[in-house]
Amino acid sequence: MAEFRLPKNSRISKGKRYPAPKDAKNTKTFRIYRWEPEAGENPRVDSYTLDLDRCGPMVLDALIKIKNEIDPTLAFRRSCREGICGSCAFNIDGKNTLACITRIEDTDGDVRIYPLPHMPIVKDLVPDLTHFYAQLESIEPWIKTDSPAPTRERLQTPEDRAKLDGFYECILCACCSTACPSYWWNPERYLGPAVLLQAYRWIVDSRDEATGDRLDELEDPFKLYRCHTIMNCTSTCPKGLNPAKAIAETKKLMVERRG
Amino acid sequence: MSSIRSSLAGARGLGSAKSGTGHFWAQRVSAIALVPLTLWFVACLASQFGASYSSVTNWLSSPFQASLLAIYLAAIFYHSQLGLQTIIEDYVHMEAAKIGALISLQLINILLAVSAIVSVLMILVGAA
Repeated sequence: MAEFRLPKNSRISKGKRYPAPKDAKNTKTFRIYRWEPEAGENPRVDSYTLDLDRCGPMVLDALIKIKNEIDPTLAFRRSCREGICGSCAFNIDGKNTLACITRIEDTDGDVRIYPLPHMPIVKDLVPDLTHFYAQLESIEPWIKTDSPAPTRERLQTPEDRAKLDGFYECILCACCSTACPSYWWNPERYLGPAVLLQAYRWIVDSRDEATGDRLDELEDPFKLYRCHTIMNCTSTCPKGLNPAKAIAETKKLMVERRG
Repeated sequence: MSSIRSSLAGARGLGSAKSGTGHFWAQRVSAIALVPLTLWFVACLASQFGASYSSVTNWLSSPFQASLLAIYLAAIFYHSQLGLQTIIEDYVHMEAAKIGALISLQLINILLAVSAIVSVLMILVGAA
């Protein structure tokens, strides 16, 4: 059955407090989820109060400052710090987003930073995305053709190219899939919004010749049809994309090819 | 995901069932059908509000009204079957419990639909 309460070993306890430097005038507290696999303890929430006058503007800047200057044991993923790599996806103040493009000044009160919801945790803010990546691999996100390879580029009209807009920009940060209740309840079998958006990106590509095979693979009560149009995916996407639309368009094609 | 199977094998699972669109489409069609049918039913209830038993059975003895009511009942129970099936598939993860719940759901819905429609027919032929 679906679980509505965290299992005993996942319930969160109070953690340590790291106060601001005494001369700090402009402070902000970051409450961060901590869990160490080796410690054998429940997760806890540590509070770090920073001097914002000596911190960069984004939530990721605060996390890096904490790791560099206060607590090097804090684990999180980050890379590009400009919203294109998708590494620093966390649940910030209850919403999945990228820490690098979330301004500290836009947050209200203490900033709560948790890992992406309903995923196995490796440590602290680092979720295990192995299954998510395997699901992406399962939809074969690359061009597939049977025609002989052309001697130059595969041509595409500007109109057909425009059909990829809103889909090719996905950076696979997993914010949408981990915000989806259907994905929480059935992650083993439901592909989730991110992977379905990627699948649609290839279905709608005019150069791809495997459209029917791709639809065949998705036509499944769980892989595709666990989407109940909840729309958390679209509301949370830090890139402003619309995975729910990609899924709806895929369902329309499923109906269209029936007759 | 601690398994010695590859993660891709886990993601592919048993593969695609190659079905689901029929269920999706039937749910939409029955939902659309229920919009005018429900409006009609509410209008009928309003017109018969406070009326006597004989007046209501008399009104239901028209083949047109009885047919619409039978279709309305069939659409309701069909739509409820499709929707509740989805909820069970979402939340019940023990395979035996899931299959048991799905079978009972189907039987209960068929029983309710048939008995409701038979009641309408009994009124139509004057047996009630």
